[in-house]
Amino acid sequence: MSRQPFRLERGGRIDRSRPLTIRFDGETFTGYAGDTVASTLLANGVHLMGRSFKYHRPRGLLSVGTDEPNALLSADRGAGRVDPNNRASVLEAVDGLVTGSQNRWPSLAFDVGAVNDVLSPVFVAGFYYKTFMWPRSFWDKVYEPIIRAAAGLGVAPAGPDPDRYAHRHAHCDLLVVGAGPAGLAAALAAARSGKRVMLADEQAEPGGALLHDVTSTIDGVPAQDWVAQTIAALDAHENVVVLPRTTAFGYYNHNHVALVERITDHLPAGDTHGAPRERLWQVRAGEVVLATGSHERPLVFADNDRPGIMLAESLRILVNRYAVAPGREIVLATTGSSAYTVAADLKAAGLAVTIVDARLAVDCVADTAFAAERGITVLPGHTVVGSKGRLRVSGLIVAPLRADGSVGPRRTLACDCVGMSGGWTPAVHLFSQSRGKLAYDAGQDAFLPASHAQAERSAGACAGTYDLAACLAAGFAAGAQAASLDETRAFEASPARTGFQPMRVMPTDVDPGRVRAFVDFQNDVTAKDLKLAVREGFHSIEHVKRYTTTGMATDQGKTSNMNALGYVAGLLDKELPQVGTTTFRPPYTPVSFGALVGPSKGALFDPVRKTPIDSWAEANGAAFEPVSLWRRAWYFPEDGEDMHAAVARECAAVREGLGIFDASTLGKIEVVGPDAAEFMNRMYVNGWSKLAPGKCRYGLMLKEDGFILDDGVVARLAEDRFHVTTTTGGAARVLALMEDYLQTEWPDLDVFLTSVTEQWAVIALQGPKAREVLAPFVSDIDLSNEAMPHMSVREGYVCGVPTRLMRVSFTGELGYEVNVPADHALSVWETLYDAGRAHGITPYGTETMHVLRAEKGFIIVGQETDGTVTPDDVGLGGMVSKVKRDFVGMRSLARPDLVASGRKQLVGLETLDPNERLDEGAQIVVDPSAPVPVPMLGHVTSSYWSPACGRTIALALVADGRARMGETVHVTTPGGFARATIRNPVFVDAEGVRVHARDS
Amino acid sequence: MLEIRNQATRTAPFPLATETVKGTAIAPLPPRARLSLRLRPAEAARIGSVAGLPLDRPIGTFAAHDERRALRLGPDEWLVSGPADETDELGARIAGDLAGIVHALVDVSHRNCGLAVSGAQAEAALNAGCPLDLSLAAFPVGAATRTLLGKAEILLVRVDAACFEVECWRSFAEYVRTFLVEAARGT
Amino acid sequence: MLLITCPHCGPRPELEFRYGGEAHVARPADPSALDDREWSEFLFVRNNPKGVFAERWNHAHGCQRWFNALRDTHTDAFVTTYPAGTARPDMAAEDVR
Ligand SMILES: [Zn+2]
Repeated sequence: MSRQPFRLERGGRIDRSRPLTIRFDGETFTGYAGDTVASTLLANGVHLMGRSFKYHRPRGLLSVGTDEPNALLSADRGAGRVDPNNRASVLEAVDGLVTGSQNRWPSLAFDVGAVNDVLSPVFVAGFYYKTFMWPRSFWDKVYEPIIRAAAGLGVAPAGPDPDRYAHRHAHCDLLVVGAGPAGLAAALAAARSGKRVMLADEQAEPGGALLHDVTSTIDGVPAQDWVAQTIAALDAHENVVVLPRTTAFGYYNHNHVALVERITDHLPAGDTHGAPRERLWQVRAGEVVLATGSHERPLVFADNDRPGIMLAESLRILVNRYAVAPGREIVLATTGSSAYTVAADLKAAGLAVTIVDARLAVDCVADTAFAAERGITVLPGHTVVGSKGRLRVSGLIVAPLRADGSVGPRRTLACDCVGMSGGWTPAVHLFSQSRGKLAYDAGQDAFLPASHAQAERSAGACAGTYDLAACLAAGFAAGAQAASLDETRAFEASPARTGFQPMRVMPTDVDPGRVRAFVDFQNDVTAKDLKLAVREGFHSIEHVKRYTTTGMATDQGKTSNMNALGYVAGLLDKELPQVGTTTFRPPYTPVSFGALVGPSKGALFDPVRKTPIDSWAEANGAAFEPVSLWRRAWYFPEDGEDMHAAVARECAAVREGLGIFDASTLGKIEVVGPDAAEFMNRMYVNGWSKLAPGKCRYGLMLKEDGFILDDGVVARLAEDRFHVTTTTGGAARVLALMEDYLQTEWPDLDVFLTSVTEQWAVIALQGPKAREVLAPFVSDIDLSNEAMPHMSVREGYVCGVPTRLMRVSFTGELGYEVNVPADHALSVWETLYDAGRAHGITPYGTETMHVLRAEKGFIIVGQETDGTVTPDDVGLGGMVSKVKRDFVGMRSLARPDLVASGRKQLVGLETLDPNERLDEGAQIVVDPSAPVPVPMLGHVTSSYWSPACGRTIALALVADGRARMGETVHVTTPGGFARATIRNPVFVDAEGVRVHARDS
Repeated sequence: MLEIRNQATRTAPFPLATETVKGTAIAPLPPRARLSLRLRPAEAARIGSVAGLPLDRPIGTFAAHDERRALRLGPDEWLVSGPADETDELGARIAGDLAGIVHALVDVSHRNCGLAVSGAQAEAALNAGCPLDLSLAAFPVGAATRTLLGKAEILLVRVDAACFEVECWRSFAEYVRTFLVEAARGT
Repeated sequence: MLLITCPHCGPRPELEFRYGGEAHVARPADPSALDDREWSEFLFVRNNPKGVFAERWNHAHGCQRWFNALRDTHTDAFVTTYPAGTARPDMAAEDVR
């Protein structure tokens, strides 16, 4: 158990009354409530937290913020709750939390992969592109597996995620992103308007940079007291919602902003009370105020990545917010003023500080005077040329810069911690995602929001405003304007030390091609790599980015982009704005898959639509298959039967006795109105005017391009009322297409469409005994062959409930489709089934339905058709009306390619071997020994064992198929080719007499 | 005789038990008579009302009279509902009111089914999958519209500040109910 | 996710809508009078401008009505929406806020 040797005795926002322990790589460390994992480890003197991505160099924390590129840890909360790639600086310390370093083997201190560092001369920019190109065969078997094993960031969890993730759509008048001084002031200003305000901040508590400011005052009170007062004021407004631990990660169209709220990770296991782990918010905001702050830039010098070398402001956060001494002997290397504030705070905390300032003495007079007052030594006009140490920095090598630009003699400043400050970069990520345009501001060396694309305002550091009073005023003004309040307010606040001289790469006395000065820490991109890329001809920053991978890591280059851009601009001898900036894309920080998925997993992955009869099928042992969103009974195996045996038995029952089938999923549309028949005439290829009420007709529908879209039986219930059926999968598509034509092309037609797919369940009774079993339960309908012939419809009652009874058949047998109101369907089904048992009634599923219709040569849209098939192609050309002036798709049937010879036509196939079943989709050729590429004649669309034929049968689309009757063709099989004979596609009852069966 | 002996019974698409999670109650509603009414807006304005229900209410609201309701779902679309045993009577009454006027009246009593979602967190639970602004100001009592809940289309009706009715097609009922229970857990 | 103002229902999220391509491409009154080239242009050829575009939307999960919109394809800003069957309003991108 550690004793936190680097914990300062006083200060910080930690709760010393609530100690906790965490584990890191098997060791236990103590900390306090309010700590992060990083601050806990640093309080215990642990700086080595990870290995770099490419060279496996030892790395410590760079930043105490979301921009941290190095210290990526896995967190194990037990029971499948393993989560890689947590930034140690963001991961809140929770008692009992188990963490581990990544990207190292066998241990963090001794990592075999570090050999990459020794070999680094070969791991230059574009290394992968150049090295693994040849021989080609090595890529799959050798290179890729090795690269995949060595690369990658963290390890994906193996088990399912047991946690709950919630989604929430929300609306507000004003969304404020960031609860630093500008964001708080914005929310404060807007709160009084009474409008709905949401304030989201990624940290555990609001306050932003003020949480580590122990010297500034705002309106006469200490900054942190002002934060507390402001939060209390906001809490008093019912119209304000404050969301801590909530990151706005994506800014989309029309002020649609995605946020992820972390709800339970900071709670000890057992304290979560079933709450979701994270919540994805999709917020539609009337106005947005972005107050997202800024990121500090590192300095680029040789070996700037040793553990213990951090961003300067991060040292201030550690000392002031977490009461952690990042070291005892600290050197601050800087090119700007803010590091002097850091130095003063470190000094006040009792730590030894020296400042190395790369600006010439004349350029930092005020800052050096400020340091001198506090007894802090400053080396102005000095560059940093390297660092010493192995797993922890032990010295910083500095050298004076001479007037001529050359570098003077080196000296080493002994230290155990370095803070570096290369200036500040406004966090314009969300602004850029909003499609706002950035403009380069030379005075600030920053890209700043310029023109806005959405109802959005940027305020504070993200807009280049760094002075505290100015941030507060800008935030307040933005919040007031966004809430339509004509108010401004001045704040009195301590002045901030701002301003810096951008220095992309620190001047050095050695060949810059020989040192490793990191620009992008997470992707291990050095200044040398950028230089090489430019030398090799990559002159666009987007190309340099992809070639070197700079800025492409999960941190999206938050710390590195401006150094990289500036350096490349210098190499190209261009001004920075001419080089431009790369594009910012969501997410701002990584988002868990769990949050994105939310509730849409398991039973809620997709709706599983079930018919009213589904429970009966389940209870009777059905196997199911998905058909669009429906689950349908596929077949009903009896004891010991496989699918083949079950389907053969079901088929025989329908042909010889009686089958019962749940056809409820068929799409149904009620077409009502005086112009109903005219509308049908325009939508279908065949005519409807002469179809008498009480009659049914098979309808075929095309798209405007002339290809078959859907089919189904249509019943005319009355002059002005049709009951139209569609395929199961086509129900929504057909109704949508009909509505489109009706509303936009023929709004004058007096007709209305209503989906009744789920109003009417459909019980199909098919087989010679259908009438006999059904008749006793039907009232008000004469079922006799004369009164109700094939293709007729009657309305009456079955089992005392209303029915639309259709005498139709998709099997070729005598058959009825009994439409009943859905809630009654189960009861009617059970009654008919029980009554049919004496006659051997057999429930059958979709597989048997497919076989029976294939035996009759009936097509299934989507199986025999694929969006390129015309009515004539499937032998239904005779259905196409010759008298109608127009219908959807009619003109296209005369397109040259649709009337050309050689089109594939529907035929039947019989294999020479009656037991060989062809694969659906198999290609058909005339001569398999023809030179490659062998001309393809067509393909198999349906293929089954046919119990009625006692052999296999197949349907196929074959070029000029109807002219090839009797020809032998060759069909691909997994082992070679099968020979088959082309025949007509109707295998059973070619005369079609069975459907007209008279009363028995 | 046979009709009586074999009178079909009615089976609801989901279990009838109310589920209460974190204070949000998700309660299946009994069946109702539901008729989809389509009528050109000009005719509706001329006629004014059917079965005692006004047709001139704004799109996205409902009108109620006794046990009957008319949801105005679009410029020419209403969903008229009433007690389950009044389907024929309600249909006949509307057809009578609209005699001689072009319209479509289609029975969808068995197509749709309903759930009541109530409690202080009902709004939040619905917003787990419904992208609309459900604040009282934007979606007041009396609002009624077709919209989405997760991957299902629903009708959403606000009957009280803290009580909504959700209607969906019957095959989506299991999904909608499960979604709402999960959503309530996530509030 | 776009926010689309349905002429009947007001502003609604894009999730509720279905896109329908270019507006004001009327189906010919007598398709048979068109030669193959004219018909194929009606079937397949559409404009794809950068800037304001008249397009069709259907409020599929709302009132289910089709309507037209003027949208700037560059910024995704909607200039206006208007009922199907009415003429394209004479408005430019500058007319939107
Ligand atoms: Zn609408």
